[in-house]
This record gives sequence, C-alpha cells and structure tokens, in this order.
Amino acid sequence: MNTRIAAIEVAGIQKAYGDNAVLRGIDLTVPVGTVYALLGPNGAGKTTMVRILSTLARADSGEARVAGFDVRREPDGVRRSIGVTGQFSAIDELLTGGENLRLMADLAHLPRAEAAARTTELLERFGLTDAADRRAATYSGGMKRRLDLAMTLVSRPGLIFLDEPTTGLDPRSRRDVWQIVRELLADGVTIFLTTQYLEEADRLADTVGLLDGGRLVAEGTPAELKAQAGGETLDDVFLALTGHAATPASNDELEEIR
Amino acid sequence: MTTVTDAARDSATMLGRNLKHMLRYPSMTLMLIGQPVLLLLLFVYVFGGTMGAGLPGGSGRADYLAYIAPTIVIMTVASVALSTAIYIAKDATEGVIDRFRTMPIAKGSVLTGHVLAALAQTAIALVVVVAVAVLLGYRPGAGVAGSLGAVGLLLLLGIALTWLCLALGLAAGSVETASNTPMFLMLLPFLSSGFVPTDTMPAGLAWIAEHQPFTPVIDALRACLDGTPTGSAGWWAIGWCVLIAIASYVWARRLFTAARAG
Repeated sequence: MNTRIAAIEVAGIQKAYGDNAVLRGIDLTVPVGTVYALLGPNGAGKTTMVRILSTLARADSGEARVAGFDVRREPDGVRRSIGVTGQFSAIDELLTGGENLRLMADLAHLPRAEAAARTTELLERFGLTDAADRRAATYSGGMKRRLDLAMTLVSRPGLIFLDEPTTGLDPRSRRDVWQIVRELLADGVTIFLTTQYLEEADRLADTVGLLDGGRLVAEGTPAELKAQAGGETLDDVFLALTGHAATPASNDELEEIR
Repeated sequence: MTTVTDAARDSATMLGRNLKHMLRYPSMTLMLIGQPVLLLLLFVYVFGGTMGAGLPGGSGRADYLAYIAPTIVIMTVASVALSTAIYIAKDATEGVIDRFRTMPIAKGSVLTGHVLAALAQTAIALVVVVAVAVLLGYRPGAGVAGSLGAVGLLLLLGIALTWLCLALGLAAGSVETASNTPMFLMLLPFLSSGFVPTDTMPAGLAWIAEHQPFTPVIDALRACLDGTPTGSAGWWAIGWCVLIAIASYVWARRLFTAARAG
C-alpha cells in the first residue's frame, strides 16, 4: 500500500434508521500505519460507522474510501483489504478453534500447506495451541475474543476494524488485546477501533475522534485534546466538550443500541 | 473478480463447515430422521388398519402403507429443510454471517453451502426412512424411469424447500422464531392427498387440499414409485417446485445481501 494514500477517508457520512439520525455528517482521515480511536458513549454511532466502513451497512449520503476503494461502488476491493472484529463474537462455536482458523484460511484461498502453517502460527501467537482441538463454545470470553482476532488476521489484512474490542473483558484479557494491537501496529497495520473506554483510546491511539450524538465533536492526538480542553485526562476533555461523561453508567448498558 | 471456480471452492468450504455442524449436533440429525420414521410407524400400526380399509379398493394396513409411504418420504425432505432455517438463523445471530459478509468470498456461497449440506442430509435421511418402509413391507413397483423420476422430483423439492427455509430462517431474526415459522411445511401434507384421498374431505377443505403444492408433489411421487403415469400432477409438481425455488432463492439472497440495521 502506498503510504501517501490514506487508509480511510470519510467525507460527510450521514446515516439514519427511520427517524433516528445515527450519524449526522462525519469527516475523518486515517493515515496508513496509525491507530484511530473513535471514542464515545453507547448510542453515539460508533458501531454504525464501523458497519458502513466495512461494507455491512450503506450510508444515506457522503463518501467513504477504505484502502483506496469506494465502500459503495467497490465493496469487494474493500473486503479484500480489511479484517473486521465486531463487537459480538463472530466465531463458529460448533467448530474447534483450529477449525475456525482453518475455515478462514480456506476462504482466503491459501494453499493447503500455507493454510496449515498459518493456523498453527496464529494458535501459538494467541495462546490457543492447547485449546486448538476444543470447540469454541467451551472457550472463556477472553479466549473467544483472541480467537476472533486471530480469525481476522488469517488473511493478513493491512487495515483492521476493531469494534469495542475489549468491552466485557476482564483486565488481563484487555491488556492482551492492547498488546496485540501494538504488535499489529509495529507490523505496519492500520487500525480503526471504537471504544467507550477513555483509557483505551489514550493508551493506543495516534488520533482520537470524540463521537457524540452522531457528530465528531473533537479530534486530535490524546495530548492535543487534553491541552484543548485544559483537562488532565480524556475524561475531562469529554466532559468539557459534550457536557456529559463518556463512561457508561453500568455494565448493563454495554450493549450498544442497534 | 469472483469466478465460477471461486464460487465452487467457497461453496465447498461452506459445505464442509455445515457437514461438521451436523456431526457436532447429532440430536438435531436424529430428530430429523426420527420424526418421519415415527409418523410412519404411527400411521401404519395405529391408524393403518382402519385407514387402509377406507381407501378406494383398499383392504387394510398393507394398502395404507403403500398409500402413505410417498407422503412420509416427502415429509422427510420437509423435515430436513426445516433444520436449515435453524442453522442459518443460528449463523445470523452469532455474528458469523457478518464476518463472512466483510470477506471477499463468492456471493451466495454461504447459502449454497447450506443447500448442499441439506441435500446431503436429506439423502441420508431418505435412505433410513425408505429402509424402514421396506422393512414394514412397502414394495414400490417403480422401474428405472419411475425411480429416476422420483429422485429428480425429490431433489427439486429439496432445493425448493431448503431455499424457502433459508429465507424464513433469515427473516426470523432469532433461532426460536426460525424453528417455528417453517412448521407449516410439516402440517400442509396433512391437508393434502397425502394421508387420505381429497374427495373424502368436506368440500371447502377438499378444494384447499387439491390446490396446494403438496398434493401434486405427493401424487406425482406416488405415481413414480408405483410405476404409473404421473399425468398432470407431474407438471404441477415441477411447476410448484420451480416457482417456490426461484421465489425463495431471490428472497433469501435479498435478505442475505441487505445490510441489517445496526
């Protein structure tokens, strides 16, 4: 991929479900090889943004190019370039961990030997070698999330979407995911993630976009945003810019309104 | 660029996945085969004596077995198709479908994989059901042409009902709903020429029975298995199956492609 090309370019994206305007005109650019975090509370429109960029949903208006391909007119080009780990696990629970990875390798049309090697390599890298022959249904939440991520990586996509990758995970599993994100970044992968955790955006992102009520209310590096709002933390920034806190009130609200 | 070979390859991959599901979920497979076998035993041994005596020219249980064996075969095809609605709804609710839809895989291979797996399962179920019927004394008089006609008709019916159940399963939105909405496919054979001749029914019911798709399909299969001419029932059966297959295919593809709200 040409480094001068932005991995993601979005201009004026709007999306409504019925009378409910979810995205009210989003513009953003993600340079290749960086991490962009879309930060916002539940119902802010984060998942909708990921669904539009990953060709799962269509915007009502606006333009979006992902890896140089128009999401509306060239969805297959987009799909060849991306990997997506959604908010809810997208693993096949009746298959074993190894079979799930092998399924992805077969669908990516990897030659037989390479498919086997890639499966073994990813099982090892994600600490799932011992559980490889167990059905995914028996995995813990953290293991399922790691398998989900590993499946996304089988085809070596240059751009990865992570929709709330650590929601519902225990602190240790969360740190595992962060470590994986850093390793991917070191390999030159571009990452677009959504999160409702300020700490997560602060730790991982090169650029943070604050999404509130379907609008991008602020954008910049974590340091820039803190300076702009005169706060110590991104919490202060969010409060200063939106008038309310970003952190969800309880775990019961973790499921974003769909 | 998606080519025909890619489509075949991806469909084969999906077929492999669905066959693994069937092996991992044996209770479902057993129920699918057990249900028609149970119906066969029930209707032959509990109702068969009286029902057979009531058939035109019939005298007892053996005649009734010959009359309903084709119906039970048709219900076996419907029974396996029902499971497809559950499998596809399970896929959709687990988010696996969303993953597939963000991947550059051949369009339709997910659905085609389900159809192929259902046909494979139908073949296995039919072998069991027909074997039980033969054990009970069923002796179809079909020759080569009749047998080929029967296999062709069952294949066509299997394709039609599986696509219909895929659409119903995708439209359902939950596994629970998906296990209920296609149930009418198991009830309709009772309101057809499958268990009693339609002219023994009250006028209104007889009209419904004579004009619903299962009647010509069952009549045609019965004729094929008896080695007698299918007459107009054959054409009606083919027409219904092709119509249901095409309409359901279009419906299922649209549901699968449509971006879900979210």
